[in-house]
Amino acid sequence: MTPKSTMQVPRISAAQLKLLERLTNACAVSGDEGEVRKIVLDEVRPVADEVKVDHLGNVMVIKNGQGKARLRVMLAAHMDEIGFMLIQNEDKEEGIFRFDVVGGVSTSHLAGQSLLIGKDHVPGVIGAKPVHMTTNEEFKNALTVESLRIDVGPGNSNLVKIGDRATFATRFSRVGPSLRAKALDDRLGVCTLIELVKQAPPNIDLLAAFTVQEEVGLRGAKVAAYTLEPDLAIALDSTPANDLPAWDASENTRYNTRVGYGPAIYTADAATLSDPRLIRHLAETAEGAGIPYQYRQPGGGGTDAGAIHKQRAGIPSVSVSVPGRYLHTPVSLARLSDWKNTLALVYLALQRLSPDILQAER
Amino acid sequence: MTDLQPFLKSLISASGLSGYETPVRQLIEDAWRPLTDEVHVSRVGSLHALKRGVGAQPRPALLLAAHMDAIGLMVTTVVDEFLHVTEIGGLDPRVLPGQIVTIHGRRDLPGIIVQPPSHLLPPDNRSGPAALQNLLVDAGLTAVEIKRLVRPGDLVSFAQPPIEIAGEVLAGHSLDNRTSVAAITYCLQELQARLVQWDLWAVATTQEEETFAGAYTSGFQIRPALAVAIDVTFASSPGSPSHKTFPMGKGPTLGWGPNVHSGLHNAFKKVADRLEIPYALDLMPRHSGTDAYALQVAAEGIPTMVLSIPLRYMHTAVEMISMKDVARAGRLLAEFAASLDDQFMDNLSWDAGLI
Repeated sequence: MTPKSTMQVPRISAAQLKLLERLTNACAVSGDEGEVRKIVLDEVRPVADEVKVDHLGNVMVIKNGQGKARLRVMLAAHMDEIGFMLIQNEDKEEGIFRFDVVGGVSTSHLAGQSLLIGKDHVPGVIGAKPVHMTTNEEFKNALTVESLRIDVGPGNSNLVKIGDRATFATRFSRVGPSLRAKALDDRLGVCTLIELVKQAPPNIDLLAAFTVQEEVGLRGAKVAAYTLEPDLAIALDSTPANDLPAWDASENTRYNTRVGYGPAIYTADAATLSDPRLIRHLAETAEGAGIPYQYRQPGGGGTDAGAIHKQRAGIPSVSVSVPGRYLHTPVSLARLSDWKNTLALVYLALQRLSPDILQAER
Repeated sequence: MTDLQPFLKSLISASGLSGYETPVRQLIEDAWRPLTDEVHVSRVGSLHALKRGVGAQPRPALLLAAHMDAIGLMVTTVVDEFLHVTEIGGLDPRVLPGQIVTIHGRRDLPGIIVQPPSHLLPPDNRSGPAALQNLLVDAGLTAVEIKRLVRPGDLVSFAQPPIEIAGEVLAGHSLDNRTSVAAITYCLQELQARLVQWDLWAVATTQEEETFAGAYTSGFQIRPALAVAIDVTFASSPGSPSHKTFPMGKGPTLGWGPNVHSGLHNAFKKVADRLEIPYALDLMPRHSGTDAYALQVAAEGIPTMVLSIPLRYMHTAVEMISMKDVARAGRLLAEFAASLDDQFMDNLSWDAGLI
């Protein structure tokens, strides 16, 4: 759906899709975000007023507005993704490694996958015992991380080392109305935030935090919010769309979000009760501009807002996500229209912000 | 001369599930036609390529068979924008979630095999691995588009691109058994400059993963004096028992058991020893799980051998082989073919025992 508003909003066209492709194909497991950080720095340096990389590796970007009484608005998107770390070279000659997971990897999606390992993106695979040799008893049990290994091939152990991170090798693609890639959580947010830095509305000071270590406990956002000391914050993320059919064709009432229904506004998750003024502001902006939106079903999960809203003396916070199916698996899937509408909604919401919003009752 | 690794990469990039082998058969036909004298396709889609020998008529024939069909999935039902699937060949459902696939609908569509969240699964399948019938395929399209483009019975094949690994190692889906097609190709190339007494039939069979229909019928139609099934076997890999697996990259294996003619086995062994080609003994006490099972009982019966290439993670999308083993298997086949003379059949005996 195209926003009714005649206001100029940032658009997503070939250049933004190419950037998303580069961002999702890059490997940046929590604690090792360098590849994405480099892309972010290259994109924001020419347009920002201030850019710095902090002690944890967060990229902190300031884009000053014009005029008086500007709100300092923090926007956070996490650069890191779930993945793996090699922890033991169990069989040097055969190229077999034990590994552990980083972040909430869906462990039912590991066997049979292809990986990229370390800074050189060395190929490896996670295999499984052949079906021919598997007993009926074994089929009943999930394949655990403890039972699986990463295999880089005979004689190739020296191409990688323990401590190296690994990610799924999935490449970005567009399929009809959808986007398909690894790490759409949260490269969609990163790409959105890069566009907002490039086309920041002038009524605010935009404080962009491209954060690290979200997937292992919202750690980058915590220090980023302290440093930036914003008046309010919005976390830009990707949240699960569990909008699949139920086995018995009954209504699926626990979908969290649904793809194609627009940006997901958070009211409550396991880490944050969103500031009601910001929830209302986003919803009113969407309705005024004719942008479809949905409320994420209140429940579990968390975003950088979970760390930000408790920082300093408290920072009014909310999150907006692009719904994504199969996050934390090798291939996630989102709708291009949801991404476009998310960028438009956040841009227009920023443009309508004034200090009055914080004077209102919560 | 076909460069073997790019050729094998092209073979595993082509579809060709059991019963629907045409896409891959066309690639094999292109490679074999210049290496052979006569090519035809059997009634069940197997590729037969004859390289004539130079011996006196009536010349006996050696049949080399590698199955070209691959395992995969087939659409059973369409629900909204999602597909339910069943298996073609044997699959462990635990290796499927997260796999990228191609749905062969009215046109080819990219898809993902997905495991629904547990609360959407039947109550008896909410813990432990999701059963195959509870997995879904998502093509990223709307329900209207899916209804138009996909029907029950449409094939779904793996789409994991080939993974080239250092040290002449290749990983990907369908290496079972396109690897052996590459080995036969290597053999045909080796024989271009050689004088071979016997006729040689290179055969890419169909439907091995389901019914062996290709091997039964090609064995009958060609009626060779000897047949060799070339297939993959279990390479040692994490979780697989060591007494049933063979090292990868250390040579092919020679099958031994009821599907294998003992005298023919010994003849292969002698050639391998003479040429110092490393090999392991692959014990197959019952059904060999290869085309040899069918070839052996075609027509009045055929003395049959099994030559195998060790492969890790069989029937997953990341099967792994060593190109060195492909070349060794191909060379052994070529040298065996070249060693055949007009005395061979007279000297072939079941009573030799394992030498």
